[in-house]
Amino acid sequence: MSVAIQREVEQVDVFIMGKRYQVPKGLTILKALEYAGYRLVRGVGCRAGFCGACATVYRKEGDFRLRVGLACQTVIEDRMYLTQIPFYPAVKKTYDIEQLRPDADTILRLYPEVTRCLQCNTCRKVCPQDLDVMRYIAAAARGDIAKAADLSFDCLQCGLCTSRCPAEISHYNVATLARRLYGRHLAPPAPHLTARIRELTEGQFDKEVAQMRALSPDQLQTLYAERDIEPEELVPVSKKDED
Amino acid sequence: MPYPEVMAESVKKVEATRERRLRETFPRLTPQEKKALLESYHPDYRSETFRPLAVGPNAGQKVPNELADLLEAFSRIDPDTFDLSRVDYETDVLIIGGGGAGTAAALTAQEAGTRVLIATKLRWGDANTIMAQGGIQAADKPNDSPVRHYLDVMGGGGFVNIPQLVWALVLDAPLVIRWLEQLGVMFDKEPDGTMITVHGGGTSRRRMHSCRDYTGMEIMRTLRDEARNRGIQALEFRPAVELLLDDAGNCVGAILYDLETEEYLVVRAKSVVLATGGMGRLHVQGFPTTNHYGATADGLVIAYRAGAEMIFMDTVQYHPTGAAFPEQILGQLVTEKVRGLGAHLVNCDGERFIYELETRDAVSAAIIRECTTVGKGVVTPTGMVGVWLDSPMIDLLRGEGTIRKALPAMVRQYERFGIDITKEPILVYPTQHYQNGGIVMKEDSSTSIPGLFVAGEVSGGVHGRNRLMGNSLLDILVFGRRAGVSAAQWAKAATLGTPTLRHVKEYHEQLIRAGINTDRISPLVLPDYTAPHTRIRRLGGVPVG
Repeated sequence: MSVAIQREVEQVDVFIMGKRYQVPKGLTILKALEYAGYRLVRGVGCRAGFCGACATVYRKEGDFRLRVGLACQTVIEDRMYLTQIPFYPAVKKTYDIEQLRPDADTILRLYPEVTRCLQCNTCRKVCPQDLDVMRYIAAAARGDIAKAADLSFDCLQCGLCTSRCPAEISHYNVATLARRLYGRHLAPPAPHLTARIRELTEGQFDKEVAQMRALSPDQLQTLYAERDIEPEELVPVSKKDED
Repeated sequence: MPYPEVMAESVKKVEATRERRLRETFPRLTPQEKKALLESYHPDYRSETFRPLAVGPNAGQKVPNELADLLEAFSRIDPDTFDLSRVDYETDVLIIGGGGAGTAAALTAQEAGTRVLIATKLRWGDANTIMAQGGIQAADKPNDSPVRHYLDVMGGGGFVNIPQLVWALVLDAPLVIRWLEQLGVMFDKEPDGTMITVHGGGTSRRRMHSCRDYTGMEIMRTLRDEARNRGIQALEFRPAVELLLDDAGNCVGAILYDLETEEYLVVRAKSVVLATGGMGRLHVQGFPTTNHYGATADGLVIAYRAGAEMIFMDTVQYHPTGAAFPEQILGQLVTEKVRGLGAHLVNCDGERFIYELETRDAVSAAIIRECTTVGKGVVTPTGMVGVWLDSPMIDLLRGEGTIRKALPAMVRQYERFGIDITKEPILVYPTQHYQNGGIVMKEDSSTSIPGLFVAGEVSGGVHGRNRLMGNSLLDILVFGRRAGVSAAQWAKAATLGTPTLRHVKEYHEQLIRAGINTDRISPLVLPDYTAPHTRIRRLGGVPVG
C-alpha cells in the first residue's frame, strides 16, 4: 500500500537507440523504455533480475566505456545511450547426459572452443551477476567439473559474456553442461530419497494413506492443529568448499 | 547506511531488539485467531474487488474484477471468418506454455512415443518457474512421510483442496526429486548426498529442497537443456490466443499469434496441454507482483471460453515479503527461504507481530494489519509502507557467511541498490504472487474438455485456497509429467474431427445475451506499462482508461 506523497519528479535525458526522451529520474532502464512508450516483446522477461532476457548495452555521454547490465536492475543516469539486445546466437550442443563422463574430454569434445580463451577477462567484466566466468571456463577446460559447476551456478544465461567473447565461446551453455555433469555424475544421489522411493514402491505408506483418507473433516483439522513441528536445526545451511 | 534518515531510525530499533528476539519464541496462531485475522485483513475478503461472472461454466461465482474483465471480453479472432483449413503446424501433442510444467509435459509426452510441439509467449523458459527461489517440497527424510506432507498441504489450503490431487502431489514428490537428480539438477546436498532441507511456511517437517536461491532457475534450465537435447521444438514468441474444438467437443489444437510478424498460425493436434501459468500481471487490487511479464491469465481465458470449469478463482495468494524498498524493485520476491532460515518480521519499533512461518495468507494479513490498524509500518520516502525482514539474524543464528551461501540471489539483488542484507534488514510488504485456483483437473491432469490437459498454475484444486511454499515447483513437475503422459495416451487413441471455433461464437453470443457491451478483447497476452501520455498520443489524443 502507499500513502499519498505528491512530489515533483526530476526528469533526465536518455537516448533510446539514439532517440532522446525525457523520463523521471530513478527508473530502471526497463521502466524508462516503457515510460517512453516502448511496448516490449523482446528484451524483457521476469522483470526481477532472474531470467536474463533484458541484457542491455549502454554508454554514458563522454565516457569511452561500453557498459552492460540487466535493464530491469540498472537505474538510468542522465544522458545515457542505451539499447536492448533482443537475441544473441549461441552454440548449444546436444548430448545424452546419461552417456557422458564427467571429465575434460567430454567438455573438450562438445565445446572445443573453450581452449581458444584468450584470458582477456571480458566475460567476467560484463557479467551482471559478477561471476568469475573466465575462471569457470578454465575449470571446464581442465576438467574440474565441480569447480566449473560451482562458479557458474548463479548464471542467468543472459548471454552478455557470449556477446563479447573474442574467442567466440558460448560460456553459459558450457556451464549448463558442467552443472548437469556434476549433478548427474559427481554429486552422490540422496540416500534417504532412495530409501523413501523403495518404501513407496513396497507400499509401506498404503495403510497410513488409507487411514488419513478415512478421516472426517473435523478429525483432519484436529490432527492438523495438533501436529508437532520439527524444531529448526541451526547449523550453517551450505558447506561448500572455498578455495 | 543506504536507508534514508526516516527509515534509518527504525533500523536502529530493529538492531536494538535483535539480541533479545534471538532468545525469544513467538506463539503460533490458533485456528480461531487465524480465521479472524484472515477475515479482517486478507485482501480476498475485500468483497468490492470481486464480481460474479455473467457467463460460462462458473457463471454466478465471483472472481477478481481484473480477471472478470478478461473473461467477459471478446476474442481476438472472428469465429465467423477465420480460416481453419490452412494448417501451419501439425503434431500429436501441443503444449501451450514453455515454463516448467510445459517442458516437463513435453519430456514425458515424447517419452511416451508421441510427437510434441511447444508454443510459448516469450522465450522458452521465460516463466514464473525460473523466479521460484526458495525450494521444492518432498517428504523424503526419515522423520517425514507423504501422509504428513498431505496434512500440511490440506491445512495450508484451508481443508478444501481436492484430496485426490493432493495425494498425487505428495506421493509423486520423491519420484520427481529423483527424476530431477538424474537429469543433473544440482540440489544443495551434504557430501554424502543427503539433501539440505529447511522449513517453509506451514510445513511440519523440514522438507524444502533447494538449489541455493535459484531453485526454479536450476530446474528450468536443466529441463530445457534436456528437451533441446531430445530435439523437442518450441515456437517462441507465439502465444496461443484460442483453442480449437472439433465437432465432438474434443480439443484439437490452437490458434497462435506471432508477436513479431503479427500472423495468426493454426496448430492441429490430437491433444493439448495447457501450461500457461497464472495471472500476476493483472495486478489484482492494484498490488505489485512477483510474477513474470507474461503472467496474464491467457490460459484461463481461452480454456474458459472453450467451456472448462474453474475452481477457487476467488482467492489470490499474496506473498508476504515483496520488496517495499527501494522503489526500483517494488513488489519483487524476497524468498520465503529468508524466513525459513530464521529471519524475523518486525515492525517500526523492532517488535515481532506474527510467527514468521505461518501460512502465507496469514503472514500477509498480519503485515497488512501492522501497517494499517496497528499503525506500526515503516514509511519510505516515496510513500510505500512496509515492515522489516530482519535478514542479518540468519548469520547470527547459523554462522557468519550463511546468507551469502544460501541466498546469493537475494544478496546480489539488494547489493545492486547498495543494501547489504547480511548487515541490514530489508523492508517488505505483501505482493501478488500466485493464482491459488484455476482450471479444474483430475489426477491425470485431464479437464472437463476431452483432449485438454492442464498443469501448473493455470490448474486449480491441489492447493485449495492457499498454496504452501515449495509446492508450486512440485506441482508443475508432478502434474506436468502426468499431463504429458495423459496427453500422449489420448493422442494415440484420438481420431481427429474437424476443428471449429463454434465455442468462441457461442461464448460471444452468451456475452451479448448477458448484456455485456464492451470493446474489451482477450487474452491480454502482455501488459501495457507505457506511460499514460504515450498511450493517449498513440490513440490520437483520445484519453484511455
